Amino acid sequence: MTKKIKNLNLNFGPQHPAAHGVLRLILELDGEVVEKADPHIGLLHRGTEKLIENKTYMQAVPYFDRLDYVAPMNQEHAFALAIEKILQIDVPIRAQYIRVIFCEIGRILSHILNVTTQALDVGALTPSLWGFEERETLMTFYERASGSRLHANYFRAGGVHQDLPKGLEEDIAKFCETFPKIINDLESLLTDNRIFKQRNVDIGVVTKEDALDYSFSGVMIRGSGVPWDLRKSQPYDCYESLDFKIPVGKNGDCYDRYLCRIEEMKESVSIIKQCLAKMEKGPIKSLDGKISPPPKAEIKQSMEALIHHFKLFTEGYRVPKDEIYTAVEAPKGEFGVYLISDGSSKPYKCKIRAPGFSHLQSMDYLIKGHMLADVPAVLGSLDIVFGEVDR
Amino acid sequence: MKSLEDLEKKINSELTTKINNTEIKHNQIYIETDKEDIIDVAIFLKTNQDTKFRQLIDITVVDYPEQNQRFEVVYLFLSHEFNQRLIVKYSIAENEVIPSLTSIFPSANWMEREVFDMYGVSFKDHPDLRRILTDYGFEGHPLRKDFPLTGHSEVRYSEDQKKVISEPVKLEQNYRNFDYESPWEGTKYIKEEIENNDKKN
Repeated sequence: MTKKIKNLNLNFGPQHPAAHGVLRLILELDGEVVEKADPHIGLLHRGTEKLIENKTYMQAVPYFDRLDYVAPMNQEHAFALAIEKILQIDVPIRAQYIRVIFCEIGRILSHILNVTTQALDVGALTPSLWGFEERETLMTFYERASGSRLHANYFRAGGVHQDLPKGLEEDIAKFCETFPKIINDLESLLTDNRIFKQRNVDIGVVTKEDALDYSFSGVMIRGSGVPWDLRKSQPYDCYESLDFKIPVGKNGDCYDRYLCRIEEMKESVSIIKQCLAKMEKGPIKSLDGKISPPPKAEIKQSMEALIHHFKLFTEGYRVPKDEIYTAVEAPKGEFGVYLISDGSSKPYKCKIRAPGFSHLQSMDYLIKGHMLADVPAVLGSLDIVFGEVDR
Repeated sequence: MKSLEDLEKKINSELTTKINNTEIKHNQIYIETDKEDIIDVAIFLKTNQDTKFRQLIDITVVDYPEQNQRFEVVYLFLSHEFNQRLIVKYSIAENEVIPSLTSIFPSANWMEREVFDMYGVSFKDHPDLRRILTDYGFEGHPLRKDFPLTGHSEVRYSEDQKKVISEPVKLEQNYRNFDYESPWEGTKYIKEEIENNDKKN
């Protein structure tokens, strides 16, 4: 007598610590083997794109912090670059260095979180405790520059909001000296760790072809051996003048992606060091008074300045009719902004291209045939943050 | 193709009638085509040795409610090999069904679902056209220009019924949308426009 065995449907999330946020993953299981995965997203959908259409360009910046909230400034960067290209304004060199420094800090922030939580997902607790201490240091840098630890709202079209406070450059330089040791400590816990390797090597393998077909970017495509990094191939701001390497994986599995992230953190430290060495005193935002608000001191003295301040913070600056797609290499991959302006002071449309969206959609392809226990490992190495996936 | 100009020529000569207009700006190529030709254009861009646009970066729609052909569908492509970006566009009317690219680019799946969810544009031959970002049982298409910013319904937990209920939006204060139209000269291009108008008059 034969007995029919029905596959088991399992709800993974939306409240599950290894789902990295509010992901509802419906898994079809045959025993312990995953047959099908259907991610349900949108539980964190806030309508960012709709809101941006109703705000002036300056008011829209904070929404970008709330996308990938572990690396806020990288997103702001894409939006600022898009406006700058349409307005055709130049960014002062000091502002470019400041932006690159904070983008790289964002990259380290994101990679620490990802590497350590991925380790946590497969059973290692210590890395996250060590890593979060460093994240806290980095977030104080955010706070000292912008006033808030997470939602910085610091980048502007034409530069940054304000100059770095006294002493911050020295402290970032000090951090760059001590941080490589922490990376080594993390590596000593994970890289040759037997359990970590058993859980990650040959898990979630992505071939070169599939990485292209599924619109992967960032570490997800580099882990599969495609040396593609927008900082090198389509450089923006001052990345062209900096010297750094692009780590590339070989096998395209979770372990290679982990190695890429570790190497990228080391490169980021070197980029920050170079920026600090090259940085000189100077203006930190565009000198065009019709785009950058005047300094506070001037408002007390000059009528012109007061009027400009008022107009910039009520009406905002107008952006000529145009359309553009700009992308930056965010820690998670290609983060793009497709901006359509109509000559008014509000964007007509602002489509946000989040790397996590394409990565998560390949979940079914990645996990098919793997064991249930591999789901958190694969999910962890995809580096998903729901702020940007759901928007 | 090494340069964008060569690529523009190549696309125009190979696809001839399928291309309505090409333009280079911001170091990207913008191509206008028709709904019927998008599949052919996409296959050509992906497979041709001189284009190799292997990655579909995103699909989106722009809503122009005042136009007859209300929606403009936009596809963003990237070629790693030649380090080029390309944007393909075409316009459709409100209830038109457009072809799906899922058979050529697997990543189009969720992007098309998002377009369907946000704008209500349907895709032919899509394997799984469901809403993706909005709530289960959501009505309307939020990114259409005629959808109000505050939405139609709000959700709360009802203490009486002991469950989550959905009811029409009640605002304590209306959404304030100020009109800042002013004679202020603004940025440089507005200045030029004003000067040009003065000359004409």
